[in-house]
Amino acid sequence: MALALGGYFSSGSNVFTTSLITVQSWFSSRFVALQDFLTAPRDIASLRQRNSELEGEVSELQAQVIQLQQQAGLTETLAALVDFAQARPENRYEAAAVIGRDPSPFLQYVIINRGSNSGILRGMPVVTNQGLVGRVDAVIADAARIQLITDPASNVNVRLQNAEVDASLVGSLTGDVTLQLVPQDISVQPGDLVLTSGLGGGYPPDLIVGQVVNVRTRDFDLFQQASVQPVVDFTRLQIVLVIVNFKPVDISPLIPAP
Amino acid sequence: MRNLIAVPVIILSVIMQSSIVSRVTLLSGIADLPLVMLAAWALQDDVETAWHWAVATGALVGFVSGISWLVPLVSYLFVVGLAQMLQQRVWRAPLLAMFTVTFLGTIGLSICSLVVLRFAGVSLPVPDIFGLLTLPGILLNMLLAIPVFAVMRDLARWVHPVPEVE
Repeated sequence: MALALGGYFSSGSNVFTTSLITVQSWFSSRFVALQDFLTAPRDIASLRQRNSELEGEVSELQAQVIQLQQQAGLTETLAALVDFAQARPENRYEAAAVIGRDPSPFLQYVIINRGSNSGILRGMPVVTNQGLVGRVDAVIADAARIQLITDPASNVNVRLQNAEVDASLVGSLTGDVTLQLVPQDISVQPGDLVLTSGLGGGYPPDLIVGQVVNVRTRDFDLFQQASVQPVVDFTRLQIVLVIVNFKPVDISPLIPAP
Repeated sequence: MRNLIAVPVIILSVIMQSSIVSRVTLLSGIADLPLVMLAAWALQDDVETAWHWAVATGALVGFVSGISWLVPLVSYLFVVGLAQMLQQRVWRAPLLAMFTVTFLGTIGLSICSLVVLRFAGVSLPVPDIFGLLTLPGILLNMLLAIPVFAVMRDLARWVHPVPEVE
């Protein structure tokens, strides 16, 4: 005891404890390895089950995220439409979803899910919060067909905001719209805003239609032509507003027959 | 009784045409699912109701579309007539006949549309129609032709089962 307390056995005890720890570490590591080996299949099975559960949850959450993103997009669109409607309290609107397009590639029409049961009549103008879309061409009880302003047979009386001149906007096969019947002495610049004029009674005045992109002026032509970029993206039409308190004027009886 | 399958099939094809197919454009051309379906149906053996299908489909497309009802009706009757002529008299290779009917049917539909729109006062440039609508439409219809033909062949076998030989 006295020798031990005096530190004479310290080197011997160090050797002993080091050997003991080494042996214990060896046994411990082997035991853990054996334990892992014996319990691993059960863990893998449970992990796989847990993994599949988590993958299922991730899939559900991803589906929810997509659904919420769609709802958020729809809400944004609806909010913009509500803002648009509130900014023009003189008009009454009926919102409708676009549910289809015309089966013929020759025509630019869309089909909406509101019809005469919602007070929609033939000839009523159709807009979005961005601007003019077209007008109602045919109606049944719960659906209507809209002729877009890009349709080859569409003809909208418009005016240039800066020049204060009336013109005619016609569609085409490709969906491009062209400004026609612009007098030669009028200066038309790219970027000029095109609005409905209200002439002819087919559309209410001052609805935004688009912007002039480029102008074609030729000396031997009677009128200038201009390409117009519509403000509405017709390839992504989802929800539209029908102005249900606008009564179009049918001036066809006043037009002399050729 | 199994011939009544025509009702849901025709309605479904027109709905799909309006809601899905007409949104998939190549240049400005789109495929015509009812036309391809009618061509495939008329080319099947033992099918005797193709003319009825053509009238019903033409009437329904004419109802949905802004174009005159004459265009789909006449075009689809032309497609069925062409298909039956090829199937009965000339061709025995069904897929080749399918492509031929689809090709000529699409051109016929374009010409018919052009004529009717001209009479309606809508002037359209013919080169644009050919380059932007008809050619892309033919290509898209050709792409649809094979799967639609397979589906309609299975449908025809279900409607007109072949009696087993003992």
